[in-house]
Amino acid sequence: MAYNKPIPVPQGESDVYWQKAKQGELWLRYCNSCKEAYFFPTDICRAIPCNNPRDTDWVKASGKATLYTFAIVGYETGRAPHPGFEAPYVTAIVELEEGPTMPTNIVMDDPTPEKLQIGMPLEVVFEDITDEIALPKFKPV
Amino acid sequence: MTDLRKTAAIVGVDESDEIGKVPDKSNLQHHAEAAHNALADAGLSLKDVDGLFTAGTSTLQLGEYLGVKPSFVDTTAVGGSSFIIHIAHAIAAIDAGYCDVALVTHGEAGRSMRSRPGGNASDPDPQYQTPYGFIGQPVAYSMAARRYMHMYGEDKTRQGMAEIAVATRKWALKHPKSYMKDPMSFDDYHNSRWISWPFHLLDCCLVTDAGGAFVITSAERAKDTAKKPVWILGAAEGQTHGMISQMPDLTRTNAVNSGPKAMQMAGITHSDIDLAMIYDSFTYTVMTTLESLGFCGPGEAADFVANQRTAPGGDFAMNTNGGGLSHTHSGMYGMFLILEAVRQLRGECGDRQIKDHNIALVNGTGGSLSSTGTTVLAVD
Repeated sequence: MAYNKPIPVPQGESDVYWQKAKQGELWLRYCNSCKEAYFFPTDICRAIPCNNPRDTDWVKASGKATLYTFAIVGYETGRAPHPGFEAPYVTAIVELEEGPTMPTNIVMDDPTPEKLQIGMPLEVVFEDITDEIALPKFKPV
Repeated sequence: MTDLRKTAAIVGVDESDEIGKVPDKSNLQHHAEAAHNALADAGLSLKDVDGLFTAGTSTLQLGEYLGVKPSFVDTTAVGGSSFIIHIAHAIAAIDAGYCDVALVTHGEAGRSMRSRPGGNASDPDPQYQTPYGFIGQPVAYSMAARRYMHMYGEDKTRQGMAEIAVATRKWALKHPKSYMKDPMSFDDYHNSRWISWPFHLLDCCLVTDAGGAFVITSAERAKDTAKKPVWILGAAEGQTHGMISQMPDLTRTNAVNSGPKAMQMAGITHSDIDLAMIYDSFTYTVMTTLESLGFCGPGEAADFVANQRTAPGGDFAMNTNGGGLSHTHSGMYGMFLILEAVRQLRGECGDRQIKDHNIALVNGTGGSLSSTGTTVLAVD
């Protein structure tokens, strides 16, 4: 069946992020001045103050994270807000081992509030959605 | 900062001719009807308007449709809080002499025209959130609420959310233009279907068709308008993020900044406030906003609203029009907070009129808990 959910369109400053994801790796931007990784990737560090916002690199993330918060969209009703999504599904904000938080999905069958505990350990998995794009998602360890 | 307290007043307010489900009217029609109605309320007309403020559409399109040629325009659009924020901009513009009669309008056929504006693919949201089904504000706000529950207790949070939903419905039943016409029990709340857990249907605002407008003018000019001026004592604004996943603290909005600033400018404290109009896109929005504004401490909102304290007859008058939850919510609801605050302060609210009505605080929230505007309004 054709994939009919919204598909990210990589931009110049996010090409690396999406190329690495396609290879099964999660990469983050890293500010050499702040000594911190950040999400989402921008060429220029967004921290304020930052002594040298243009001195940024890419770093490979461990793929380990914990659950920061979540919602179960269409819980018990199966109603999704957009065609293509099969509800129920779990939207989440996860806290990466490197510090930043990122939006994602938690991959699990029949999600319930009881199965999802804030702070629970997670690891990244990649869902191939097109020839170019794989979406980093997370599953319970 | 220049002291802009009482340099301008709101002198006219009104809705579009019909609100609720209005299948045959466009956004611009709602804008125009509300504009004419609000100006009539002030004893003014479009020929007096030299400042045009709106959100969600361009003033080029709106000015053309209304037939006005303003000399000052502002299309600050940061979600439903925009019209509250326009107040701060309008008083500054009036004080500086850029305009004298500022018309602020809103119109949105949110129910009948379900087209969602498509995002620019190069923006962060369509790259990093939308592909995961972060679609629609219930998803974003329910994740914030879940974090709040983690910090302060799920059952207690749920009780606070239920109190707000039930109390707000009681107010809505006292407003003849409210979309919801039937009472809501606590069981109704708890039994309503899930939208995005932890949100029930009855945690979420309505989606209606509606327009609204208000008119601000200088203190000098306000003397000659039709009704008692509603003075703008304080106004402040700000924003913290765009995407919910970038929100610095999911349990505190920028009202922690705009609230104290507006109150300080007004020279008031919490105990001076007779009416709180708090943006209720969701029940949770009210909880985090009450805390962010300092009406109670972090994690205390459920206790603050317990025992139907915000319902008719309670000792904290809040959202007396029935709110976005039960009165109307066309998409950018902030406009209707102002309409109700002005009418309560003027003493025009009939069955739902609150007894003491000298000072109102209005706080709008826009985007994904992203922006806030706070204003303090008062009558002599």
